[in-house]
Amino acid sequence: MKLRPPTGRRLANLVVSLWAGASALIGMVILFWILYVVVSRGLGALNLDFFTHLPTPPGMSGGGLANAIVGTLVLTAAATLLAVPIGLMAGIYLAEFSEDSKAGDYSRFSANVLMGMPSIIVGVFAYTLVVVPLGNFSGYAGALALAILMLPVITRTTEDMLRLVPNTLRESALALGAPRWKVTLVIVFRAAKGGLITGVLLAVARVSGETAPLLFTALNSPYWFHSLGEPTPNLTVTIFNYAMSPYPDWQQKAWGASLLITVGVLIITVLARFFLREKKV
Amino acid sequence: MLKPAQTRGPEDLPAASLTAVKGRKVRTAVRGDQTFRWLTFFCSLLVPLVMLAIGLELLLSSWPAVKQFGWGFFFSQEWNPVLQEFGAASSIFGTLVSTLIAMFIAVPLSLAIALFLVELAPPRVSRTVGTLIELLAAVPSIIYGMWGLFVFAPFMARYVQPVLGETLGFLPLFQGPPLGIGMLTAGIILAFMVLPFISAITRDVFQLVPPVVKESAFGMGATTWEVTYKVTIPYGLVGIIGAVFLGLGRALGETMAVTFVIGNAHRISASLFAPGNTIASTLANEFSEATEPLYVSSLVALGLVLYLITYLVQVVSQMMLRRMYRAWSVGL
Amino acid sequence: MRKIWYLSVAALSLLVLVNLGQAQSLSLNGAGASFPYPVYSQWAHKYHELTGVKINYQSIGSGGGIAQIKAKTVDFGGTDEPLKPEDLAKSGLVQFPTVMGGVVPVLNVPGLESGKLKLDGSTLAAIFMGKINKWDDAAIKKLNPDLKLPSQAITVAHRTDGSGTTFIFTSYLAAVSPEFKEKVGAGKAVKWPAANSIGGKGNEGVAGQVKAVSGAIGYVEYAYAFQNKIPFAVLKNQAGKYVKPSIDTFQAAAANADWTKAPKGFSLMLNNQPGEQSWPIVGATYIMAYKDYPDANKGKAILKFFAWAYKHGADMAKNLHYVPLPDNVIKLVEAEWAKEVKSGGKPLWP
Repeated sequence: MKLRPPTGRRLANLVVSLWAGASALIGMVILFWILYVVVSRGLGALNLDFFTHLPTPPGMSGGGLANAIVGTLVLTAAATLLAVPIGLMAGIYLAEFSEDSKAGDYSRFSANVLMGMPSIIVGVFAYTLVVVPLGNFSGYAGALALAILMLPVITRTTEDMLRLVPNTLRESALALGAPRWKVTLVIVFRAAKGGLITGVLLAVARVSGETAPLLFTALNSPYWFHSLGEPTPNLTVTIFNYAMSPYPDWQQKAWGASLLITVGVLIITVLARFFLREKKV
Repeated sequence: MLKPAQTRGPEDLPAASLTAVKGRKVRTAVRGDQTFRWLTFFCSLLVPLVMLAIGLELLLSSWPAVKQFGWGFFFSQEWNPVLQEFGAASSIFGTLVSTLIAMFIAVPLSLAIALFLVELAPPRVSRTVGTLIELLAAVPSIIYGMWGLFVFAPFMARYVQPVLGETLGFLPLFQGPPLGIGMLTAGIILAFMVLPFISAITRDVFQLVPPVVKESAFGMGATTWEVTYKVTIPYGLVGIIGAVFLGLGRALGETMAVTFVIGNAHRISASLFAPGNTIASTLANEFSEATEPLYVSSLVALGLVLYLITYLVQVVSQMMLRRMYRAWSVGL
Repeated sequence: MRKIWYLSVAALSLLVLVNLGQAQSLSLNGAGASFPYPVYSQWAHKYHELTGVKINYQSIGSGGGIAQIKAKTVDFGGTDEPLKPEDLAKSGLVQFPTVMGGVVPVLNVPGLESGKLKLDGSTLAAIFMGKINKWDDAAIKKLNPDLKLPSQAITVAHRTDGSGTTFIFTSYLAAVSPEFKEKVGAGKAVKWPAANSIGGKGNEGVAGQVKAVSGAIGYVEYAYAFQNKIPFAVLKNQAGKYVKPSIDTFQAAAANADWTKAPKGFSLMLNNQPGEQSWPIVGATYIMAYKDYPDANKGKAILKFFAWAYKHGADMAKNLHYVPLPDNVIKLVEAEWAKEVKSGGKPLWP
């Protein structure tokens, strides 16, 4: 049987426990408060047209943001295709080869700095690197900005996840005569699959709600997506423009788009956690 | 962030030693390995390259402003686009103050949440609540901004600030009209935004404290709070500090949400109710409209300052986290 | 893992295919001022239905419009603050007005209904400078002897992003108050001296702050005040009459302006125009185009679009609370096109 501590100490414990519970409650209240606001204001905008039609100018009823939805998907996909291979490779180096190397340390440190970089600065960087030399706003520039934001997330999660793979697995595969690259890409990757997918999903979640880096790169467009070489429609810049406009139907579409983005990002995040858990089992 | 100490890369198995044993197949494999290694090395090199390129770009573009205003740029409160006079003091001040408020609120809350998740809640509750708290990190910044401006700021003005003004109004910090919009509101919203980051890492740190250590304290009759306060926190202190700095880095550069609620005034005020600005909010507000080269360059110089602050914070947080892992790998 | 690789390859090839399958229809990109964004997008929408030509105008702010056309990243730019003639010449640009609009002081004072509070230029300037900081100040009382004004502090709400709205508003205050001109000046972004001031991003931000803060006064575009039913003040115009903001009073101001005397680039101040019906805070918004288009088709298409908008877009503009240009101004603009806009030395208009 446990010794019962004196009343004063028990009281302190009780107070702290209550405080801890209350803190957790505050966190959840804030989350549900935000979700409630977004859902209650955005739900009215969501109908079939919203997902299938092009936007209409103010004063004309109907219309949707189908082009922006497609555009956001394309931009995110392009950024993912750019960032994932590089990020995975960089993560492999950090986890598998960088032991005690200065370059590895610095790369890891840089990834952390990049993760904290305000996205607007990254947008300006992509603007000077792509938009100005090419002479027009383009989806390529937008995808590049997003990819730069994704890169450190993928690199760091890949490293963390690969490090969780027990060494015995590598050693036994190497002992069978398999080359190192094959061991890493096939054996180690398979073992870390859930975690790697989580990393990618988290990176996607991170960038799909971004506005600032697209403002000076992908810009926006009221037409269907045609080419990454042109200004590319996307949801977040549309939210930004519509929310600032005086017209109620545009404002409602902005809330609708906010709802869509929020729900999308939340789903991706929950999926990411799901993959992570599956891996741990 | 999990980084068990015992996983070391198998450097003790250099591929070269295998070459001698087997034939051609292995040699091509080794060449493949070399290529692979170089490829991954090159990719990991890209990360610092991008970071340095951004820094260089900021440095080059901000040069005209630095040349024009010199060190005075960092200490001048003046921000007058009509007269082309620019100083970073109010933006730097606002960035630091809003981050400080956020940390002041988020750190105790995050520690309490981590405590709840690890020590108090039953596993099932802990998992659900943990997930929900982490979802706070997934809400896009612009959504925090819209919610902040239309819902939370009026709430602050009506219910929170009047009470603070009445009870703590003797302090200059809580004087002035309750506008709802301002430094305090921005700081609180920032706190909600960084809370999931700090609590997630703190939770990991708490969980990594070896059960043996905790159990022995419990066995001596200590309460949960005493174990946390006297054993867990000191044990994981370095890790917690690292987590705090990680949150700090987040808060410093947060843009859209702050822009909506901070009030965006280029002014240094004693009162937390007063509007202010941050480096990121100034950039978001003014970058698209600045046409004169000196104006643009001054804005980029602000960006450079933020870059350097973020860099510094990362250096500290990395040092802390690394020290923790190193200490643990020795201790275990 | 393999599935994911397949998926990536499929996605990549899809992207390539999509890029190859580009439509051949002409598309033109423009960016700039946010104030005319709604009307430009309505024009573009209609024009696309009629002709298939895609005009993509994006609101990134006047400063952005100027910067982008100078950097040659767009086919045309939009701005609320007109470029000066020498700047146009230096950058090889032409500039012409498209629509006009009014800026309205909006407020949130308990007990004051919309359109009840009367203000004149100098009082408004003094309020925005922070020299008048209480709603029951003698100067405001003098203009409103019948109103019950609360003894409440005034909070000034202004734009923090540089904006054409701020440019039009501060130009007006500078025109009617020498002190404002000297201490603050006119511009897209200025240093607001009032101690009790807050800033918001965009019209939305200012409107949100005025609504949220009791005792606040701010300024927004008319369409914004109208659509959101934010209480506004009436203003005394140059003729000494108090006028309400409306399309009619904006049009009256525009009609009294003498455009033939405007400098190159039509940078005419429409603030504080004579006429009993004239609303005193009115401004035009401008399009900037290149003097020389390497691609004659593009240059021609841009001029055609705006010519169509002048001719058929007036009603659309009015419905969105903008004031269309008078016919005589349109003739001046088209004459300017014929003279200035070329491709390889050949004029593109008519």
